[in-house]
Amino acid sequence: MHSFWAVFKRELKSYFTTPLAYVFLVIFLFFSGYLAFKQGFFEARQADMRAFFMNLPLLYVFMVPSTAMRLWAEERKTGSIELLLTLPITVTLAVLGKFFAAWIFLAIALALTFPMVITVCYLGQPDVGLIITGYLGSFLMAGGFLAIGCFFSTVSKNQVIAFVLSVVAAALLVFAGMPTTLDYLSTFLPAGLVSAIEAMSFRQHFESIQKGVLEFKDLAYFLLLIVGWIAASTIVLDERKAA
Amino acid sequence: MIEVKELRRSFGPVVAVDGISFAVEKGQVLGLLGPNGAGKTTAMRMLACFIRPDSGTASVAGFDILQKPVEVRRCIGYLAENSPAYGEMTVGGFLNFVCDARRINGGRRKAALDRIVPMCSIESVYHQTIDTLSKGYKRRLGLAQALIHDPQVLILDEPTDGLDPNQKHEVRRLINKMAKDKCIIVSTHILEEVEAVCSRTIIISQGRVLVDSTPEKLKQEYQCSLDEIFRKITRKRT
Repeated sequence: MHSFWAVFKRELKSYFTTPLAYVFLVIFLFFSGYLAFKQGFFEARQADMRAFFMNLPLLYVFMVPSTAMRLWAEERKTGSIELLLTLPITVTLAVLGKFFAAWIFLAIALALTFPMVITVCYLGQPDVGLIITGYLGSFLMAGGFLAIGCFFSTVSKNQVIAFVLSVVAAALLVFAGMPTTLDYLSTFLPAGLVSAIEAMSFRQHFESIQKGVLEFKDLAYFLLLIVGWIAASTIVLDERKAA
Repeated sequence: MIEVKELRRSFGPVVAVDGISFAVEKGQVLGLLGPNGAGKTTAMRMLACFIRPDSGTASVAGFDILQKPVEVRRCIGYLAENSPAYGEMTVGGFLNFVCDARRINGGRRKAALDRIVPMCSIESVYHQTIDTLSKGYKRRLGLAQALIHDPQVLILDEPTDGLDPNQKHEVRRLINKMAKDKCIIVSTHILEEVEAVCSRTIIISQGRVLVDSTPEKLKQEYQCSLDEIFRKITRKRT
């Protein structure tokens, strides 16, 4: 387990010793705030963070793959994967170490949106429980996108390809749940299939958690998503590490 | 300490290693000699449990590479070709990471660093970023991370490749110093290195062991320089 912590610590530190973290954080914080205020935060005349959380799925579609793309693609390209995987560590622990480091980094990015919380608390009396579940949902969603990005990062040595593939996969999962898509699909697919597709999308589960309803099926969705894509990453990495 | 039995590995249609077998004991330095593409790196990677063999097996320090890869990696120090490292870390940070991963903490870590840093002559670059190091220093850092936990077995892939003559001498001196109580495998195509450092030689070509002998015996048998012996043996196959 100590090797897991070693990888985790190293990876998290490396985000902050290069400009990577700072560029990402500035862009993420700027856009999350900008989109929230632009999309009618004041017009809604309600002291809640709905306008803020509403935009996160779309923002994550582009921002999380940019964090995930370098997880393994860079290691394979520079050859440092040979160093990492000849230390006394299993492939699974190495994948998990890097994944959690990236996830904690995204949690830090979320935590740095606290001015938004302060603003809402100052302007009115928001339901704090909703804010907490909103952040929880965002954190889980970030983990989901990250797991997808991690997988595509193991698939390609080229970071750009990894990025593009992750964005497409993430976008598919987000847009599959959009009302317009579902309406279109229901014109030629049976209702059962349409609701199955809706259940596979991020939106439904994220919206539900954001509304303050913590249901097992939503938590399980994110957990299964993460476990599934991470397991797939481990398998692919094991096969391709020397290639 | 190292026993290799019929290791075989292909990459698609290319057979990289085609049934090699040998054994190395403590106190021996084995030189894996062969042309480029012979399968030396693949064989070493299998011993270091980086890739799995298609068939065959090996045991390192009593641990089977298929059953107990993590224990094997715990007992060996491995220096990969091109000595990879994390470019954005400093030398000190990197060595501390390796200590973290190899569970060398507290007083033991301080002692290990105090021993290794002068041994590999990297004191002057201890606080420098790895990206900015020259090839020689990167190689020495690679050696340092392979030696820091004082392993019983060392697997070094072309340890002096690209170093200047002084640095080559330093590395060979280091290997000779450690040869007495470790089991070392060195891959190289520098023939004078084989004479300087190795107590045994295996010549590999196209994934097969052609010769398993010592440098002296080979010279006696063929009555010419190692250069020509190498050419004779490896050319025979093509």
